[in-house]
Amino acid sequence: MGLDIKVALVGNPNTGKSTLFNRLTGLNQKIGNFPGITVDKKTGYTKLVDGKDAEIIDLPGTYSLYPKSKDESIVFQVLADKKNNSHPDVIVLIVDASNLKRNMLLFSQVADLGIPMVLALNMTDLSDKQGIYIHVDKLATKLGVQVIPISARNNIGIDKLKAAVAYTNKIATQVNAVEVNYLAPEAINAIKHKINSDNDYYALQILHQHEHLTFFTEKEQSEIEAIEKSNHFESSKIQAAETIARYKHLSTILADVVIDKGTAEKFSLSDKLDSILTHKIWGFAIFLLILFVIFNAIFAWSSYPMDWIESGFGFITEIGHKYLPAGMLTDLILDGVIAGLGGIFVFIPQIAILFAFISILEDTGYMARVTFMMDKIMSKVGLNGKSVVPMIGGLACAVPSIMAARNIENWKDRMITIMVTPLVSCSARLPVYILIISLIIPSKTVLGIFNLQGLALMVMYLVGVTAAVLVAWVMKFIIKTKERAYFIMELPVYRMPRWKNVLYTMYEKSKTFVFEAGKVIIAISIILWVMASFGPGNRFEKIDKKYAPALADTTKNTNHTATLIATEKLENSYVGILGHWIEPAIRPLGYDWKIGIGLITSFAAREAFVGTMATIYSVDGGDEDTSTIRERMAASVNNRTGLPVYSFATGISLMLFYAFAMQCMSTVAIVYRETKGWKWPVIQLVYMTAMAYFAALIAYQLLK
Amino acid sequence: MKLSQLKVGETGTIVAFTDLDLSVKLMEMGCLPGEVVEVERFAPFGDPMAIRVAGYQLCLRKSEAAVIIIQ
Repeated sequence: MGLDIKVALVGNPNTGKSTLFNRLTGLNQKIGNFPGITVDKKTGYTKLVDGKDAEIIDLPGTYSLYPKSKDESIVFQVLADKKNNSHPDVIVLIVDASNLKRNMLLFSQVADLGIPMVLALNMTDLSDKQGIYIHVDKLATKLGVQVIPISARNNIGIDKLKAAVAYTNKIATQVNAVEVNYLAPEAINAIKHKINSDNDYYALQILHQHEHLTFFTEKEQSEIEAIEKSNHFESSKIQAAETIARYKHLSTILADVVIDKGTAEKFSLSDKLDSILTHKIWGFAIFLLILFVIFNAIFAWSSYPMDWIESGFGFITEIGHKYLPAGMLTDLILDGVIAGLGGIFVFIPQIAILFAFISILEDTGYMARVTFMMDKIMSKVGLNGKSVVPMIGGLACAVPSIMAARNIENWKDRMITIMVTPLVSCSARLPVYILIISLIIPSKTVLGIFNLQGLALMVMYLVGVTAAVLVAWVMKFIIKTKERAYFIMELPVYRMPRWKNVLYTMYEKSKTFVFEAGKVIIAISIILWVMASFGPGNRFEKIDKKYAPALADTTKNTNHTATLIATEKLENSYVGILGHWIEPAIRPLGYDWKIGIGLITSFAAREAFVGTMATIYSVDGGDEDTSTIRERMAASVNNRTGLPVYSFATGISLMLFYAFAMQCMSTVAIVYRETKGWKWPVIQLVYMTAMAYFAALIAYQLLK
Repeated sequence: MKLSQLKVGETGTIVAFTDLDLSVKLMEMGCLPGEVVEVERFAPFGDPMAIRVAGYQLCLRKSEAAVIIIQ
C-alpha cells in the first residue's frame, strides 16, 4: 500500500479516541509492537480525500506528555523521535468538548513540540445538550490549527476531519502556547545545542524524560545526565511550574471561546446511577449479579460453540484418516497440527464472550466504578480493583482472563493479576476433580442436605481462590517497580455502549490470540504428539507384531485389541519412558508411573489427564466412558506396596497438584504474548509447579 | 484543612499541595490551586473517594486527597 501520510491519534482517556480510530480504519487495522517495549501498537489504514492513503497510529490515552505508566511513555517516545517509524506527519489531537480545559493541557504540550496538528473536538453533540457552546472559528484562530467538531460515536464530521488531515500544512502552524525557556534556561539551551534543535519545549521534555527514551546512545544519555546535574535540574518542581503556566494560558484562550450555560444538571443522571451502582449493598449486589452473568456466559453459553468447534475438528481428523494415505506425515498433520489448531480455536468463544462483556463494562463507564468500589480490598493483597474481572473469568478459563488484565493500567498490579489468575480453578480442572472425587470421596449426604462429593468440589474451588489471594499478597512484596502507584482516576459519565466497538474488540482479541499465542500452542502440541507417538528403537514395531495375529483374527473383538495396542504403545513411547523416569520424583506424592504419564500428557491441557487414564487403563470407549475409567483406576494396585493406587491420600495429593500446577500450555503461551517475553511465563511455570509439588507432597505425607 | 477530611456534599477551594510529585499528577487532572472541589461520595469501604472538580468526576485514595490543602 502506497502510504502518503502518517497520522497519530493523541488524546486523554475516555475521549472517544478508540471510537474515532475504529471509525477511520474499520477492520483495516492490526496490532504490532513498539520496538523494545511491551506496549501494543495499534495501526490502521484509511483513505483520505483525493485518494491519499493514510496510516493511522492509535497512541495510548494519556492526560499529559509526562508518563505515569509504560503505556503512556510511548506517546512522547513516538512524537520525539523523528526516526521512529511511527513518527507522524500529522497529529490528530482529540479532546472531549464537554470537558475542554483539562483536555487542552495535553494539546498545549503536544502543540509546543512543533509537529503539524489538527484538533478534533469530539462529543460536540453531547456538549450541545449540556449547554456548552464552543466558538470553533475563534478557537482555531487563537490556536493556529484547524479545529474540527466531530462526533465519533454518531459518525458526524469524520469526512471533514479526513479532509483537514489531508490539507494540513507540512509545517506546523500552531501558535507557541507557553514559553518554557525561563523554567531552566541554561539546561534547555545546553540541550538544544547538544541535539541541534531550536525547540525549547522539546529540549525541556528531553531533560525530564531522557531515561525513558530508547533512541539516545549511552554516551548521549550520560551527557544529558551531566547537563541535568550541573544545572541542578529539578524535574518535579519544573513540571509543576509548567503545568500551572499552561493552565493560565488556557484560561485566557478559552475565556471567550467556551460558553457554559448549565454545568449543574449535566451530571444528574450519572449521579443517580452512581448512588445505586456504588451503594454499600446494592452496588455489591449488582456487581455480583453482573459477575455471575459473565461467569455463566463464559462457562455455559460458550460450551455450545466450543462443542461445535471440537466436533468440527474431530470430523476433519476423522475424514482425513479415512481418505489420506496412512503414514507418519498424515498422523503428524492430523493428530499433531490439526489437533493443535483445534486446541487454539476452541478458546475463541470464551475470549470473544468475555471481551464482549469487558468492552461493554468499559464503554459504559461501569468498570471505573468497579475499580472504585473494590480498590480498598484488592489493594490490601497487592491486586487492583480491576483484577476482580480476570479472577472471576479465571473460574472459566485463564486464557481470556489473562488477556483481560490488559485493562489494568498499573504495571505491577497487572503482573500480579496475570501471575495469580491461573491459580483460580478453571473449567478444565473440573473433569479431573470430578474423576478423583468420585474415586476417593463417598457419595453420601452430610448434615441433612450437603452431598459430601459436592462439598469436596467446593473446597477445591476455595483452595484455588485462597491460593491466588495469598500468592498475590506475597508478590506484592517481591515484585519491584519504579512506577509510583497512583489511584487518581477519572470516573467518566455513564454512556450507552457502542456495539460496533464491542464487535471490534471481540474480533481483535480473538485474532490476537490465534496469531500470537497460537504459534506457541502449535509448537508444544507437535512436540507432545511426537513424544507420545514414537518410542526408542523398535519397540513400536514389536508391539505391532505381537498383536498382529489378534488383529487378524476376526472372531475376536478387534476394537479391544486396538485399545490394548494403544495402551502398550503409550507405555513404550517417549512420554511413557519419561513417566517411568520421573517416578522416583513423584513417588513421595503417592503417584506411580501411570499417573506420571498423565501429568506429562496433561501439560498441554489439564483435561487430557482423563483421556490419558482411559488409554493407560485400556478403556475401549476412551474418555467418554468415565465409569469404566473409574472402576479400572479404583481396582489398580500399587506393585510395590500391594495397596490401591488411588487411596484417599493420593487422591487429595493429585487434586492439589492439579489445583496449583500450571498444566496448560495455552496459558503459558498467552502470558508470553501479554508480557512479551519468556521471563514471566517461566517464573509462573516454576512457582506454580513448585507450589503444586510441595502441596501434594505435604498432603500425601500427612494423610497416608 | 485537608481534602480527605471533608464530608460528602462539602466543598472547598484548593490552596496548596504537600507533595510535589503528586501535585503534578493532580494538576494534570485538573486539580489546580483556586479550583473548587466537592466531595461526591466515598466507596463502600470508606476509601477511595469521588470528588467533582473542573467539570468532571475524579476518584482518588484518601491518602492522595490528604496532600491537597483546601479552604
